[in-house]
Amino acid sequence: MRIMIPTPLRQYADKKDAVEVKAGTVGEALSGLTARHPELRKHLYTDDGRLRAFVNVYLNDEDIRYLGKEQTPVNEGDTLSIVPSIAGGSLIS
Amino acid sequence: MLKIGESEFNALRAHGEETYPHECCGVLLGRMQDEDENEDAERHVLEIVRCGNTRDDRPQDRYHIDPRDLVRIQRQGRERGLDIVGFYHSHPDHPARWSQTDLAEAHWIGCSYVITSVEKGRAVTTNSFALHGSGEDDKHFEDEPVEVSAAKVLVREFEAE
Ligand SMILES: [Zn+2]
Repeated sequence: MRIMIPTPLRQYADKKDAVEVKAGTVGEALSGLTARHPELRKHLYTDDGRLRAFVNVYLNDEDIRYLGKEQTPVNEGDTLSIVPSIAGGSLIS
Repeated sequence: MLKIGESEFNALRAHGEETYPHECCGVLLGRMQDEDENEDAERHVLEIVRCGNTRDDRPQDRYHIDPRDLVRIQRQGRERGLDIVGFYHSHPDHPARWSQTDLAEAHWIGCSYVITSVEKGRAVTTNSFALHGSGEDDKHFEDEPVEVSAAKVLVREFEAE
């Protein structure tokens, strides 16, 4: 399957915009990705190994939080997209 | 440095006027140059993509882009050789400077964050800030110049590369 790498993380993935991995679940796909590009790990996961809150992972067009999270099964033709969130505001509180 | 075509530049400012008194937001598609030399990195904007602001609860001083839109924009951009190089939003009746909230919520290191102040419905100042750093712990915004040029010149440069 294909994993789409967002622009800020490409410097940790040999500048690639997509990486092909073989996996049975979303979690395996992400493990495969970070095994090949270990520097990505700290940008995707917290120290206790959870996906960072601002890191959105979509299987095709669905948020994995609303599927089976990292246990979600994947097929060969699927695309996993990593997109850090985009938000802000003009006031502090 | 952010290079942007005149029509794209005008369009993102107009977007802020349209959504006033609410914040607008969108994505900048284009190409990165010298990605690894952060200090001198240039981002060329070739297209802007308008997004809806999902913060219905307080749209006057908050913005949030649906990640599903980002997934689609990232994928469709790639099919045409364009990358996400930055984002834009407006500050209704606030200066065109980043806020602490903007910094806390910014995660696309190496990208540009363009902010337009909209006063009483009129776009006034547009500034761009490049997000630098090696991660969440040391990320910070740096002012960057915006070079507005005729769209055709930009496209020609892009094709010649
Ligand atoms: Zn803002």
